[in-house]
Amino acid sequence: MEIETQDLGSACLVQVTGEVDMSNSPTVRETLIDLTDQKVGAIVVNLGGVTYMDSSGIATLVEGLQEANAYGGKFRLAALTPKVMQVFELARLTDVFEIFPNVEQAKEGL
Amino acid sequence: MEQEQKSSASAPQDEPIIQVRNLETYYGTRKILHDVNFNVAKGEIFVILGGSGSGKSTLLRHIIGLLNPSKGSICLFGQETTELGEEEWDALRRRMGVLYQGGALFNSMTVGDNVALPLREFTDLPEATIGIQVRMKLGQVDLAGFEDLKPDQLSGGMKKRAGLARAMAMDPEVLFFDEPSAGLDPIAGAGLDDLILKLRETFGMTIVVVTHEMESVKKIADRVIMLFKGHVAAVGPLDEVMQNQDPMVQQFFERRPDEEKLDPKEYLEYLTAGGNREL
Repeated sequence: MEIETQDLGSACLVQVTGEVDMSNSPTVRETLIDLTDQKVGAIVVNLGGVTYMDSSGIATLVEGLQEANAYGGKFRLAALTPKVMQVFELARLTDVFEIFPNVEQAKEGL
Repeated sequence: MEQEQKSSASAPQDEPIIQVRNLETYYGTRKILHDVNFNVAKGEIFVILGGSGSGKSTLLRHIIGLLNPSKGSICLFGQETTELGEEEWDALRRRMGVLYQGGALFNSMTVGDNVALPLREFTDLPEATIGIQVRMKLGQVDLAGFEDLKPDQLSGGMKKRAGLARAMAMDPEVLFFDEPSAGLDPIAGAGLDDLILKLRETFGMTIVVVTHEMESVKKIADRVIMLFKGHVAAVGPLDEVMQNQDPMVQQFFERRPDEEKLDPKEYLEYLTAGGNREL
């Protein structure tokens, strides 16, 4: 799994690629908590390169959303593959997150 | 259905997740399983079918390492398990979840702590992450809001669903169910069948179910193995097994009770021979 952050001006883009599982989801959490601790106004997480995500990865994103909501920040997900989208559906989270087909659309209105 | 699954170094896509070869086991001098052979493929829903006392739960206990066979071989994820030590079994158990008949929850812990137990035991995940995972798993089995209750405050069906949440906690590659529908009302049983199908579809899980609930079998099974008095009566896709002309297989599917065929001489021998003689 690899994770990178990029300042887009209006938002911080978090690029995640590879398999997100219990061995590496704490790394994703550290990145997200670092951003929410700084009260970054908008966070867009690009999951387009994620080939597998387990429940710890999902839980990590839920925590990121909760932290951002706490200070009024935006937290958006982009480019979920059908397989990862299924995991969100099983966890009944598709209406909890703002989910966009791609990063460009996720950036709109920020 | 084509399955897209998480890669695993030790179990290539074309290698069965479970291989059972020439399995035999005894309780005392009584032979319980006779030369059992089958494979379970990755991503398959495989049902172990048979009447009461057919040996199906005993077979499951062998596969998950609670019992050791008298003879034969069991491979999980390509690894022979009959010679494994406890540490090696622990590593394998992280990759599998088991829903036991009664849920097998710890009564001294809350439902939430029961579900969190494998995550705390086997991972270094932070408590905040574990807490969210626990609530997600409980939500998936319709037990949202019950995490602070103790198991003895739940109904039998709810205990079973809490047990399932715990079995799913580690997102296992293989999930074993021992009589999942027993004690559930028809709606809850149907919901469990749907969840089993969703888990396979979403995570590509391999699922092994011990049951005699035919409605459930028809809905979920890719293949079945049918046991009769510890022997394999048939193995294959359900529709093929249902066409099998073996009298025992037909009796099971037609739900015909055993015919009374008592040989007076054998019965006398049974009455006078002690506890180990079978009729």
